[in-house]
Amino acid sequence: MFSSTLKQEWFGNVRGDILSGIVVALALIPEAIAFSIIAGVDPMVGLYASFCIAVVIAFVGGRPGMISAATGAMALLMVTLVAEHGLEYLLATTILTGVLQIILGVFKLARFMKFIPKSVMVGFVNALAILIFTSQLQHFEGEGWIIYVLVGATLAIIYLFPLINKTIPSTLVAIVVMSVIVVTMGIDVRNVGSMGELTQTLPIFALPDIPLNFETLAIIFPYAMALTIVGLLESLLTASIVDDFTDTESDKNKESRGQGIANVVAGCFGGMAGCAMIGQSVINVKSGGRGRLSTLVAGVFLMFLIVVLGNVVVQIPMAALAGVMIMVSIGTFDWGSVRNIHKTPLSDAAVMVITVVTVVVTHNLAYGVLAGVVLSMIFFAVKISRVRVLSLYMNEAQKRIYYVQGQLFFASVTEFQESIEFNEIPSVKEVIIDLSESHLWDDSAIGALDSVEAKFDQKGIDVTFVGINAESRRLLEKVGGVSKTSF
Amino acid sequence: MYTKILLASDGSEHSHRAIDEALKMVDPYKDEVHIEVVYAVDGDQSKKDVLKYGDSDTASLKRKEKFQSTIEYIEAKGLAADITILHGQPAETLIEYANEGDYDCVLVGSRGRNKFQTLILGSVSHKLVKYIQCPVVVVK
Repeated sequence: MFSSTLKQEWFGNVRGDILSGIVVALALIPEAIAFSIIAGVDPMVGLYASFCIAVVIAFVGGRPGMISAATGAMALLMVTLVAEHGLEYLLATTILTGVLQIILGVFKLARFMKFIPKSVMVGFVNALAILIFTSQLQHFEGEGWIIYVLVGATLAIIYLFPLINKTIPSTLVAIVVMSVIVVTMGIDVRNVGSMGELTQTLPIFALPDIPLNFETLAIIFPYAMALTIVGLLESLLTASIVDDFTDTESDKNKESRGQGIANVVAGCFGGMAGCAMIGQSVINVKSGGRGRLSTLVAGVFLMFLIVVLGNVVVQIPMAALAGVMIMVSIGTFDWGSVRNIHKTPLSDAAVMVITVVTVVVTHNLAYGVLAGVVLSMIFFAVKISRVRVLSLYMNEAQKRIYYVQGQLFFASVTEFQESIEFNEIPSVKEVIIDLSESHLWDDSAIGALDSVEAKFDQKGIDVTFVGINAESRRLLEKVGGVSKTSF
Repeated sequence: MYTKILLASDGSEHSHRAIDEALKMVDPYKDEVHIEVVYAVDGDQSKKDVLKYGDSDTASLKRKEKFQSTIEYIEAKGLAADITILHGQPAETLIEYANEGDYDCVLVGSRGRNKFQTLILGSVSHKLVKYIQCPVVVVK
């Protein structure tokens, strides 16, 4: 029944996969709860999502060993939707997101993700880190000085515990220690229980209770679109990181489809939309996880822990979760991009900064990506639209030759025409325009050549275009124009 | 005779010092010596490189490029060289690789940058010396 690759993907690394899956499940719990709180829903919504997504993606994903669950990037996109329309609309949006991702996967559109430039990616990651950080500030309000001590202690454990032991996730140790301290010392701070209910039941199938009409679609579609893009962006980026670490290939279209299926299932079982997680996937492969089994174990063990330990989980102080989220934001931020900002080209740095600023202002990662992509395109067009035109006189100033270097298209034709001298000195009878270091790209380019020819014609000067390359010539023949061009 | 040498490197100029020291040992018969430069990419480095270069293939290419100068340096000294990029936790991966191959000696250049610096000066260098079965030379 199993093909040999599939068998390898599932059972090629049983021991490593089970151990790393357990480690990931332990690290997932605090994050799933914290991301639910960011989105403004009950902790169970994030936990159900993490369970459903991890289990489903284990079977249908294109990148074995990658961990997908409820994530911060997706949670941040849902905040306004949940605040204005409530949970049922979020579940519907999650299903629609899944459907859109399946469509992108089936039509193999994942490759269009490469049109998102690197500087936008870096801006996206940095903005995500900043938003996760600022979303934690609400937990500091109205708690007095004790909250700073608790968060500080959490961070100290998270960063110092790995010096003693690297196998047990230090975030989990921090959460357990802080919970014990808060409960035994009777410190009065908000805990997970005060943020929403935690039920110890398995998720059940239920379609979202919303009116199925155009109005609903108009509300949820923009959110679903943003979630689709951000989800695939982070998933494919994570897949590349896992590819790189494990030195293996993955099927990006299958992964897009898999993410979609996982989100549809999550939405049907009361979970919020999620995607692949960079941090958790790195933890998984570092702990020895390689196969699909690791993802499955992570999801199943997570649910097992919640069912068994649900009444303990509500005791976790928010201070500890805020500490974990601050660690996540520090780990997510690409510090190298700031350290080396003076070394990156100015346009790339600008794109990165604009992406970050747009996200921080609009609180929407999708707008940031859009702004970054548009700005990169403009920068690219500006860069490539530079044309250099050199000219020299020949035959005792009877003839003038122009050498054109650069791409001729709609954005560069004005500069090209401006650099040609039409009010020629009287002795010039002939003009040669050498296009051998140029390329004609569109109608505007052909139009520009025609207009140059027409202007010289009025002055009684002969124009010859030389050195047009084969591809440009084909365009010229198709569009027509340049009546007496000699090739 | 040390003819098959493994050089653990981070691609920095510092591994040149290790090469110079190796040359002192093998100079009389250097025509027979082959140095394999090896570099281990760990999870955080993968994340950093993929973010920086966009995808795994470009990242792999850039890593090989990074070692070009080291290879040229070795070849300029009259020794044969090539580069192997490994993936995984630096110490464990290097130990496993070194023990699987049939090397006469493993060279480790110290005073590298970032991760590798801590690798050499910390408990991990201890692991390399302890668990690699052939002689290990740590060049300070």
